[in-house]
Amino acid sequence: MDAIDHMPMQTVVNRAEHEEDDRAPAIAVEGLHKSFGTQNVLNKVSLTVKRGETLAVLGRSGTGKSVLLRVVIGLEKPDSGSVLIHGQDITGLGLDQLGEIRMKMGFLFQHAALYDSLTVEQNVAFPLRHHKKEMSKSEQDDRVKALLTEVGMEDALQKMPSDISGGMQKRVGLARALALEPDILLLDEPTAGLDPISSGEIDDLVLKLQAEHHMASIVVTHDLHSAKTIADRLALLNEGNVVIEGSFEELQRSDIGFVREFLGHSS
Amino acid sequence: MIDREFSTLAGVGPPLPGPRTSPIAPVVSSSPGPINKFFEWFGDLGIFFWRVVRVAVTPPFEFRELYRQLDEIGSMSLPLVALAGAATGVVLSMEARYSLTRFGAKSLLPAAIVFSIIHETGPIITGLVVSGRVGAGIGAELASMKVTEQIDAIEASAVNPYRLLAAPRILACILMLPLLTLAADFCGLLMGWVAQALVEPLSFHQFINSGFKGADFNDFLPPTFKTMVFGLIIGLIACFQGMRTQGGAAGVGRAATSSVVLSSLFVILADVVLVKLILIFFP
Repeated sequence: MDAIDHMPMQTVVNRAEHEEDDRAPAIAVEGLHKSFGTQNVLNKVSLTVKRGETLAVLGRSGTGKSVLLRVVIGLEKPDSGSVLIHGQDITGLGLDQLGEIRMKMGFLFQHAALYDSLTVEQNVAFPLRHHKKEMSKSEQDDRVKALLTEVGMEDALQKMPSDISGGMQKRVGLARALALEPDILLLDEPTAGLDPISSGEIDDLVLKLQAEHHMASIVVTHDLHSAKTIADRLALLNEGNVVIEGSFEELQRSDIGFVREFLGHSS
Repeated sequence: MIDREFSTLAGVGPPLPGPRTSPIAPVVSSSPGPINKFFEWFGDLGIFFWRVVRVAVTPPFEFRELYRQLDEIGSMSLPLVALAGAATGVVLSMEARYSLTRFGAKSLLPAAIVFSIIHETGPIITGLVVSGRVGAGIGAELASMKVTEQIDAIEASAVNPYRLLAAPRILACILMLPLLTLAADFCGLLMGWVAQALVEPLSFHQFINSGFKGADFNDFLPPTFKTMVFGLIIGLIACFQGMRTQGGAAGVGRAATSSVVLSSLFVILADVVLVKLILIFFP
């Protein structure tokens, strides 16, 4: 209390707002069901992620992890259930209304999905050119350089995506995802297909960005080591259901057969 | 049989693997039977068209992308269209000379070439050449973007892909087709005269005067402006087929092929209707 008494008023107010933000989930998925034809991909999935928290979603291939991420950003419509982003259900929104919500979200695709006809610089500048028209061209350029410096790609400004490695593409994809200063970050297999050193670098980068930007993040991954490093909580999906959700230690203590099998094969 | 062929070309045959993207992929669930699939394809095309119209008439407008597409579709197609028009003019001149001489109407040769080119040959040749070059280009480009998740990335960046990708391409097709038709007409007439003059000396001035005798704007404007409908068909079908592609490299190939085949087919079918309408309203 004494410490708060000595703080400037503005700092106290900001911290109070921040704590209030932290208590409310930035992402709340409730009773989500999604199927393709006769195949049930997600079955009554419920998850919440608060601001400043990272949730890793693990599971075998084809268990609907990436679909979950695509539903959260509105690229797929669920069959039933709701996706609340800062309390607003996005499942019934049209493209333009979704656009408003998506400006607060960053998405890193599994294969980075960089625009192959644009340079690295133009890729990162893309969201700014469309949504930050109040910024001058030089301000946008400075922001792009700062973002690329943040992900260690400042020397690749004029390169084409085809001229850089998979790990570098992911870094550029991450810079693009952060361009609009989102408060939600969704990462689809950020370390898939990368060597252990590059994977470690991406993990460090995600941790650094989390510490600096205080975002709510969902990371879909197969990589248990990466999940353990970057996530506060882990959720294990099997056949469209969340089998267990908790810290890595809680998963280790679990008696559930699938959890033990998954951790056993991953270690 | 026709339905089966159509559904295969349109990419609405057997269900394709991969997740369905809500705003662009088919919005009506797959149902069995080629006839259902035929109508399902039309329904999806109609919804796609409506979404493009909505973003095309509301700001913000993608002028930079429109300018780029005008160049890509217009300037880049010009040599091909001009060449096709010129070749058509030569062939028409040779064929018409042979036929008209047989029936003792050789003096009508300039008029036969001029009317044939500006009424029908110029517009339809332009439509078919552009549907081959531009239809395949747009279909393959957008399909490639779709299967590599670049269109999803555009959406995830809160940018409407209909506004950024589809509307400028379709609008550029609509605007450029009449101009390309004028180029094809000019080259056709020029080379028609050259082919005629090589056999029987005739000045270009005489050829044009004789050919356009009795012609008015009704002979010239409606056939030229009907190509705006061809442009709409080519742009719409190519964007639609490209943006709903699924299935990797094979899907890209299917999208390019189906864009060309379907847009050419619908250009020819639309021409039948438009010629009839022009004859009714501009007799």
